[in-house]
Amino acid sequence: MIPAAFEYHRPDDLVSAIGLLTRHGEEARVIAGGHSLLPMMKLRMTDIAHLVDLQGVSELRGITVGEGRVTLGAMVTQAELIGHPALTQAVPLLREAALQIADPQVRNMGTVGGNVANGDPGNDMPGLMQCLDATFTLVGPAGSRDVAARDFYHSAYVTERADDEILTTISFAAPGGGYAYEKQKRKIGDYATAAAAVVVAKSGGKVASASVAMTNLKDTPVWSAGAAAALVGSDCGKDAVAAAVSAMLGDIDPSADNRGPVEFKRHVAGVILARAIARAWSRA
Amino acid sequence: MATKMQVSLTVNGEEHDILAEPRELLIHVLRERLNLTGPHIGCETSHCGACTVDMNGKSVKACTILAVQAQGAQITTIEGLGSPDALHVLQRTFREHHGLQCGYCTPGMITRAHGLLIENPSPTEEEVRFGIAGNLCRCTGYQNIVKAILAAAAEMNAKEAAE
Repeated sequence: MIPAAFEYHRPDDLVSAIGLLTRHGEEARVIAGGHSLLPMMKLRMTDIAHLVDLQGVSELRGITVGEGRVTLGAMVTQAELIGHPALTQAVPLLREAALQIADPQVRNMGTVGGNVANGDPGNDMPGLMQCLDATFTLVGPAGSRDVAARDFYHSAYVTERADDEILTTISFAAPGGGYAYEKQKRKIGDYATAAAAVVVAKSGGKVASASVAMTNLKDTPVWSAGAAAALVGSDCGKDAVAAAVSAMLGDIDPSADNRGPVEFKRHVAGVILARAIARAWSRA
Repeated sequence: MATKMQVSLTVNGEEHDILAEPRELLIHVLRERLNLTGPHIGCETSHCGACTVDMNGKSVKACTILAVQAQGAQITTIEGLGSPDALHVLQRTFREHHGLQCGYCTPGMITRAHGLLIENPSPTEEEVRFGIAGNLCRCTGYQNIVKAILAAAAEMNAKEAAE
């Protein structure tokens, strides 16, 4: 399988990259690691006349772990994220999730920016970033703007990002307390049948704060405020977990596909969330 | 047709300058232009790992990389690891432990195993299994592949300790 013909550009900086997007409009697409985009191009499911490779744009690289706040350049690969000790110490949830994405070769190429910007409901980082209440920075010809991960996703592959904007950085406050990323998949490398990202803080034996997000159970990631609210103030016991699962089930809207019928996915979502909460609480 | 582009690659220590269409995949350049047919084309959808090569010190799937993306890269294929007269330790342990049957996945499997042992010279069995999760084998059931990789690691570590 060979993609249809296109012109290839490799700009050296962000301004040149945005210039190319402005000049070629919707005929242009950026490529980061390419492990979502190239398969689509090979299957001729997408038509791109100008491919703008971001690998030469140094502004998009780097991991910064500052005073309680973490910034990831969009071109940081999943492997770099996994292999960064300071990041893992600050936010172990990221490494736990990234290790459940694809396989070693794909993680060497696939980037965190591509994962969040692509808008594929199967990608794991969007839900994770909603759980962490991350901010995405978008840069376009008119300048830079920040968009909350929780406001970024409109529907499958449709996001807040305009055609001439590039998602440059992802930043979030390092959450304290317990965490878990739990993912049910058919095999290594598969997208989730259901996945849950949970962070939970403990105070005096009770849940002080919580955040819950689900992956691949709707055409966008699902941040479930109701699930978190059901946990806060509780001892994270059986009843609270059941209430959180029930709230989450009211927020998801899975569709039947080769990973199973809707009822199965709802069942798996409940099991996965209960496990994620239990593991996060055990670490809180 | 899109403009062809000059691509310079160092493959198994040799420099190559080729003129490629942007849509040409790295695996096709390696196999069809440089006649390095060790890396195989299996699924062509970045699942099976038969096309695995080492690019700038990292295991990658050459079916999902454009040759133009690899401009300036250092590439190692199975041909760069060993030869029939001078097998790499991994090639020998795969033979000794019967880590292959039909052989189709073997070049990618060994190239990935080579990358894994650089990342982690003393992996546990579980780490080996996780580390080769991007390479599919439909014959062996993986048991002997894992044994071969663990044997190669032990041998390479023993040799290093002796030096």
